[in-house]
Amino acid sequence: MNSNIKVAGFGGQGVMMFGQVLAYAAIYDEINGLWFPSYGPETRGGTANCSVIVSDKQINSPTFKDANHLVAFNFPSLEKFREKVSEEGLILYNSSLIKDDVNEEGRVCVGVPANDIATELGNEKVANMAMMGAYLELTHLFSDKTIEAIIKKFLGERKAHLLDVNMQAIQKGKDFIKDLGVTYA
Amino acid sequence: MAKVLMKGNEAIALAAIKGGVDAFYGYPITPQNEVPEYLSKHLLANGKVFLQSESEVSAINMVYGAAGAGARVMTSSSSPGIALKQEGISYIAAAELPCLIVSVMRGGPGLGGIQPSQADYYQATRGGGNGDYSLIVYAPETIQEVADTIKESFDIADYYRNPVMVLVDGLIGQMMESVDFDKPIKERFLPEKDWATNGTANHPGRRNVANSLQIDPNALEQHNIHLQEKYNLIKKNETRYEMINFDDPEYVIVAYGTMARICRSAIEMLNKEGIKVGMIRPISLFPYPEKAFDEIPKNAKGILCAELSMGQMLDDVLIANNGRHKVGFFGRSGGMLPDPEEIVDAIKNFSERVVK
Amino acid sequence: MAETTVKYEKTKGLTDKPLSYCPGCTHGIIHKLVAEALVDLDILDKTIAIASVGCSVFSYEFFNCDAQQAPHGRACAEATGIKRVLPDNIVFTYQGDGDLASIGIAETIHAANRGENITVIFVNNAIYGMTGGQMAPTSLPGQKTTTSQNGRDTDWTGGPIKISEMLATIDSVAYLERVSVHDPKNYLKAKKAIKKAFQYQKEKRGFSMIEIVSTCPVNWGMKPVDAMNWVKEEMIPVFPLGVFKDKGADNE
Ligand SMILES: Cc1ncc(C[n+]2csc(CCOP(=O)(O)OP(=O)(O)O)c2C)c(N)n1
Ligand code: SF4
Ligand SMILES: [Mg+2]
Repeated sequence: MNSNIKVAGFGGQGVMMFGQVLAYAAIYDEINGLWFPSYGPETRGGTANCSVIVSDKQINSPTFKDANHLVAFNFPSLEKFREKVSEEGLILYNSSLIKDDVNEEGRVCVGVPANDIATELGNEKVANMAMMGAYLELTHLFSDKTIEAIIKKFLGERKAHLLDVNMQAIQKGKDFIKDLGVTYA
Repeated sequence: MAKVLMKGNEAIALAAIKGGVDAFYGYPITPQNEVPEYLSKHLLANGKVFLQSESEVSAINMVYGAAGAGARVMTSSSSPGIALKQEGISYIAAAELPCLIVSVMRGGPGLGGIQPSQADYYQATRGGGNGDYSLIVYAPETIQEVADTIKESFDIADYYRNPVMVLVDGLIGQMMESVDFDKPIKERFLPEKDWATNGTANHPGRRNVANSLQIDPNALEQHNIHLQEKYNLIKKNETRYEMINFDDPEYVIVAYGTMARICRSAIEMLNKEGIKVGMIRPISLFPYPEKAFDEIPKNAKGILCAELSMGQMLDDVLIANNGRHKVGFFGRSGGMLPDPEEIVDAIKNFSERVVK
Repeated sequence: MAETTVKYEKTKGLTDKPLSYCPGCTHGIIHKLVAEALVDLDILDKTIAIASVGCSVFSYEFFNCDAQQAPHGRACAEATGIKRVLPDNIVFTYQGDGDLASIGIAETIHAANRGENITVIFVNNAIYGMTGGQMAPTSLPGQKTTTSQNGRDTDWTGGPIKISEMLATIDSVAYLERVSVHDPKNYLKAKKAIKKAFQYQKEKRGFSMIEIVSTCPVNWGMKPVDAMNWVKEEMIPVFPLGVFKDKGADNE
């Protein structure tokens, strides 16, 4: 098993956290994880992206040509990376901000209204976790138990009270995919 | 402590703490800022020294002072900052003081950019300071190897009374990977630092002086001969490299750090296609693992040196190869990172890559 | 209606390139003031700007005149080099507090001491903005930064360095003023001060520096409005505004 994942969006959309959760989850499950961010002034106020590799084998190259999975939180990110997704790859996009239907031949494209889900839950910040739920439902990379442990760690004691709303967002993301009836992995 | 996921720069900082660092002096610069940021929090909390200097020039001279006084001391910077440290590094090497210098390379020349690069190979192995001096330079490829090397580097520096440089690129500094800080390091017998300038009360009857001035040419030449003997000993004892997939290879790639990892993936792809490619991965850049090149089969079709630069280690590859095989070069620069497919391509079209 | 509408016209002193500063950062306002002064004094076409290393590193793309980009801290030396071979041109540096007051303090003091006929625009935001919020030599006592996470401890790191006060002791300095742009009244004062500094340079009176107490909402972790307030409530008491030296006034 080896997944090359690209996560991209505006700074402040929780893009980096999304990627880090996956890398932490890999270590938690005792497989290998690598996370690499775009960094520097380019990320200031503008777009941010990170690459994640999750693998049950030793991870060699930290770079990859095409991602197996693209998680795009906004339109510019989708445009930037959609052509760098491998065949049979997954393009998961935030349909709250990307209104057009997305189609790439030979790739599975799924839109999730992540911001709407977050708004419904009364916390804009958990849009990334709605995406996470959808992502996990499609890829089955990590169990709920693993993800919950990682989110807990991220929130720390100071934000422990936010665990529930984060987990709810994940559940809603999952439910959305189930209702849609799409499968991927 | 089991395996943890950690950013390269933070792993550098934590490994330095595990390695017993007493003092850090440095000046902010991207992409290594997490090193001082982490240390500012954790050194001060443990009664150790963290001080942000007013410049890299002063940081390296603070290191000089603390090293002379017998402390385990380090600094960390990136390309233009390391450039400013060159004067101090030459003085420290001349005075035979141990310290750790971390260099997290970004694209150059000049202000250049801040994305990952390996364009400071010359800076690390040839140096910009004056005189016949050398650093011990290690270039790890994973965060685990970074942590192990940093931990050990203080002992190596103390043992040889020589500055050690750990050279990584911005990608290693910025990426997160799992690392175990409890891996044991080689035990070395380290003599007392009886040369430290810590007051004659600590060594009655003898004044200790940290100095690089030798006004008598004869004395200076003797000092240089002594330094060369030391560097030869380092060559004998501390050369490190890895031979990968060396099963009668048609081609041999030579690459270090991040580039070596990219090439590992490329080699897997090539092997799947039935093209046998091996790799020499220098871990110490000074001393350079010239011996490894003797293992390259006589009938090998060529050596590809791959770097994130326009061709700097290439010089050492040409020296080590000594005219035996065709040598080709693949380089990306300015912060551009290749994917493994580009290396696959370079091997398949090796003839276009040949430089000598 | 038509008469009362003030049409915002972009100054010719800036290029069309969109400024790269964060929302609420006063670097942008200061750019505008400098550019307007160059246009008002009709010196734009003989000005050479020196961009330093900091968030303003790209200012060579913004000022609509010739420009050079200096290594970190060396702007005043580069400016000296230019001014000595082009004494009739206008040369100014645009520097942050890390660039000017830390790594470049020697170059700054010696340029001032030589009475170089240049103008220094010194943007003091009490932090290293570009590199992500480390402590600056001008950071306030107790100020939390990424390298002073429990707040700046002045016993360990010293206190905020006051460049205008220090340079005021140098005989060959012609004009020194510390200003702020946090409200309209101060904005106008800053505008006047910057113009005056360039006027002095035009008249070959010697070294001039305008220190502008500035914001970095991003690395201070504040909303832009709160940052403006922080300038007023916290920074100005440590960095009092005013004229520290005015040779023109002395002579008159
Ligand atoms: C020799 C060298 N050291 C360090 C750096 C990294 N660096 C870039 S900007 C900067 C400080 C910027 O702070 P300041 O001058 O206050 O400007 P601001 O971004 O706050 O406007 C530093 C240390 C560099 N480019 N060159
Ligand atoms: S980081 Fe700070 S100083 Fe730099 S542009 Fe943003 S707000 Fe301004
Ligand atoms: Mg500043």
